[in-house]
Amino acid sequence: MTVVSTAVLELEGIDVFYGRVQALRGVSLHVDQGEIVTLIGANGAGKTTTLRAISGLTPAAAGRVLLRGEEITRVPAETIVARGVGHAPEGRRIFSRMTVLENLDLGAFIRKDGARRQDMDRVFTLFPRLKERQRQVAGTLSGGEQQMLAIGRALMSRPKVLLLDEPSLGLAPILVETIFQVIREVNAEGTTVLLIEQNALKALSVAHRGYVLETGRIVKEGTARQLLDSPDVQKAYLGV
Amino acid sequence: MKFFVDQLVLGLTNGAIYALIALGYTLVYGIIELINFAHGDVFTVGGIIGLTLIGIFRLEHLSPALLVPAVILLFAATMTITGFLGVAIERLAYRPLRNAPRLAPLITAVGVSFVLEGILFMVKGANQISYPNLLPSGKIGGGAFEIGITNLIIIIIALVLMVGLHQFIQRTRIGRAMRATAQDRDAARLMGIDINRTIAITFFIGSALAAAGGIIFGFYYQSIVFDQGFEAGLFAFTAAVFGGIGNVIGASLGGFVIGLILTFVAGYWSGGLQWASVVVFSILILTLVFRPTGLLGMRVAER
Ligand SMILES: Nc1ncnc2c1ncn2[C@@H]1O[C@H](COP(=O)(O)OP(=O)(O)OP(=O)(O)O)[C@@H](O)[C@H]1O
Ligand SMILES: [Mg+2]
Repeated sequence: MTVVSTAVLELEGIDVFYGRVQALRGVSLHVDQGEIVTLIGANGAGKTTTLRAISGLTPAAAGRVLLRGEEITRVPAETIVARGVGHAPEGRRIFSRMTVLENLDLGAFIRKDGARRQDMDRVFTLFPRLKERQRQVAGTLSGGEQQMLAIGRALMSRPKVLLLDEPSLGLAPILVETIFQVIREVNAEGTTVLLIEQNALKALSVAHRGYVLETGRIVKEGTARQLLDSPDVQKAYLGV
Repeated sequence: MKFFVDQLVLGLTNGAIYALIALGYTLVYGIIELINFAHGDVFTVGGIIGLTLIGIFRLEHLSPALLVPAVILLFAATMTITGFLGVAIERLAYRPLRNAPRLAPLITAVGVSFVLEGILFMVKGANQISYPNLLPSGKIGGGAFEIGITNLIIIIIALVLMVGLHQFIQRTRIGRAMRATAQDRDAARLMGIDINRTIAITFFIGSALAAAGGIIFGFYYQSIVFDQGFEAGLFAFTAAVFGGIGNVIGASLGGFVIGLILTFVAGYWSGGLQWASVVVFSILILTLVFRPTGLLGMRVAER
């Protein structure tokens, strides 16, 4: 299959190392315009590393990362966001000693246009809870609120592609619902999403397509339906 | 009463100097968790650069009418040059070790301190060099509350710089980038913040403030010597730890507290001056044992 030209994000055979430990081996995937694509896999499979390779925090040693056809493999992380990639990283990584407002402002750090206020309102519409807590120091937010903040902060850059690393981890079921609802909404408004989840069932229910990562390799790909129906996936990730 | 007020003013004057140095320790520690042992010597270098500029432009012989702009320019120029020295030190000595074990940059910092003192020794020799006081030297107020104008101006300069720094960090885009970088470097990069540039700016500001302290020290004590940064640096470092390392208001406060304690110890205890280091290190140890986060250390737990 040739990779379609509508791919917003494309990984071509990337290898990533942490020192001498190889975390990714020839990972190839693509995310097309307007899609939600999910990457599922067990602990340590390399999901986080894949996102870090895209946003430049852990650059790939081999292979290529393409964003709308332009190579960004070794572009420094701090310039990636300006190219339209928003990354809500694993563990939320909010600025815990700053207020909610300051965190959101930092999300728009690279933007010089005057639409910040507007984007903040949009984030507050998606997460009314954040609006109530806007002056609160982020470290004192609950886990769920922190996750909302991490996603909201990533949205403040008006990303074309949103990378989400386990946004539902540790959240109560009702909050998981909220987060997934927001992912759908953001996607419906035109943002392409690459979603990592431990909760494969949930992820496949919202995603269009998915990839399965095992010890640094892509072992399976398909539409969400195909993966949900696959006996291997059911056995390994859906607990069927 | 008069003696007490004099000691108080002197303590605040010394404290202003320690505070200006302490800010550099705290800023740098806050952003890269490095105790920059060379920072005390940057303070001395700043004083020497100021002295050199005073010599080159013959500021001692300037007509009083031009003195205010001249002193402001002197501070600005000295702080800028010293700021770039700090940037160069970071670039050459610390940045290459950014991902090395913590001990490596620490030892390098001690090395940089020796290098700076060595250079100062080669250029200026081992003796005290006399330093002019360009600030007015009269007194104002009366009775027990007679205060040296120099003291007053020094304290005001320090306060202005501190408040300016605080506002800069809290309100500006660069200040926000500094705080973000200090809290989470990877997350800051994801926001589009250039870490290298932000760290360089932090060194610039810290070194510039130390340079202001260096000039003030020269003005007040009217002398400067190549290795004065060692002791002043340790005292200021203690001030930073006492105030809560990484905390800008804490370092300012800590500087004044250390200055006051030292001055009162020396003033009310004959021979107390010899015990200055003992007193300061006792404060350092007590702080580290009983309140390692310092007076205003981070109170928000990380989740
Ligand atoms: N900083 C690091 N240094 C060394 N090895 C690392 C580092 N980060 C990750 N690894 C290793 O790389 C592999 C992939 O890790 P990664 O964090 O990408 O997994 P993951 O799929 O996100 O797992 P999880 O579901 O637990 O988040 C693991 O074997 C891990 O031990
Ligand atoms: Mg992970």
